[in-house]
Amino acid sequence: MSRDKTGAKPLSLCPMENLETIQSQLSQAFSDAYITLVPNPILGAQSSLLIDPVHAVKIANYLKTTPGLQFDYCSNVTGVDWLAKDITEPIPAGSAPGTVANLKRLHEGYLEAVYHLYSMQLGHGPLVLRLRTKNRTTDTTLPSLTPVWRSAEFQEREIYDLFGITFEGHPDLRRLLMWDEYKDFPMRKDYSEPDDYEWEPTAHGAILTKAQAHQKIPTQTTEVIV
Amino acid sequence: MNTITDEEKKELRKAGVLVTSLEEIYNWGRSHSVWPLQFGLACCAIEMIAASMARFDIARFGSEVFRPSPRQADLLIVSGTVTKKMAPQVIRLWNQMPEPKYCIAMGACAISGGPFRQGYNVLKGVDRFIPVDVYIPGCPPKPEALLNGLITLQEKIKNQKISGDNAARHLRSDTSCYYPVPRFGEHDLEPPYNPDVWKCPVIKQEPNP
Repeated sequence: MSRDKTGAKPLSLCPMENLETIQSQLSQAFSDAYITLVPNPILGAQSSLLIDPVHAVKIANYLKTTPGLQFDYCSNVTGVDWLAKDITEPIPAGSAPGTVANLKRLHEGYLEAVYHLYSMQLGHGPLVLRLRTKNRTTDTTLPSLTPVWRSAEFQEREIYDLFGITFEGHPDLRRLLMWDEYKDFPMRKDYSEPDDYEWEPTAHGAILTKAQAHQKIPTQTTEVIV
Repeated sequence: MNTITDEEKKELRKAGVLVTSLEEIYNWGRSHSVWPLQFGLACCAIEMIAASMARFDIARFGSEVFRPSPRQADLLIVSGTVTKKMAPQVIRLWNQMPEPKYCIAMGACAISGGPFRQGYNVLKGVDRFIPVDVYIPGCPPKPEALLNGLITLQEKIKNQKISGDNAARHLRSDTSCYYPVPRFGEHDLEPPYNPDVWKCPVIKQEPNP
């Protein structure tokens, strides 16, 4: 970190190390963990690092304590639900013309926890970390980073509540917003809310369909048989 | 027995003689001392607080005594969003209030769920569990609207009967002042509404002439 002659910290934010540099630094320190750069091609270009959940706590401690990185502040944790989808793979180069086999494969969905890290010491950030579960249904476990960054505690509880990711090592993993008896995960994309559409005075679209299952709502174009 | 007409009552009052009925003076007394429960749920509560302060001054209508205990309150102003997690507590407060008691649904959320209606965690109107006397539309309603709602409630109280088939709820033996509190279910409140209080409105359309 650069300091001026008086030794005071500069007021402006320091630019963070290049994400590729951080990735290679982490890959050297954790040679048995995968650390992938997830590029973001849009204008904001906030790319992120996908890290190995098995080594996530060690990597988080490394990011927090290593001089030059010192990501001491976790500002936000959020969840993402990625549904299963068909992926069309490009035909490998050099294959015979007319190859169509194995072009499409089902890409199993997964849940994701995204951490936004800043450094208060060095004034840089954000560094975006992603952790992915193995799938959406049976293995939805991730290691908790609350022991590293205390500010993640309630946010991980909220993700557990709404997305159903179980954070191992969390000190107090209970539902945060919904009641304890609740079984669903409402922010998942395949969640369907309870059907209390008995009375919808101005229903339209999908709501109209749900309301019509309860009672016959006359439409504007009702034909009157004389 | 001849009953005295309103005109004769007015003439007597000019002469300093007050002639009234038990029903009239009973309702008059109750309608001017409606004590609300000191209880707010969301941004509508801010407007309710504003209505109780000097500029709007709900004390002019005898309702300035916001009670912190439901045992001393007459009026439940449901001022804000009733989430499904909060609904059993609201109904429990309503049960703890002694009769005669009244309920004002203040704002779009308390009436119908408002902007959160199609969500998974908000009750679609507090009238699914509690009998509501006055609905105040708005998001949030202005303090003047709350005062207007209170005046409307006072008119309603003044027209209540103390005997007969259409007597007020608290004077009847065939009604209960206990309303079942829903349980937290695995997907929703159980039951999702109280069928004794709320029935689904039926939409009727008149054929075109």
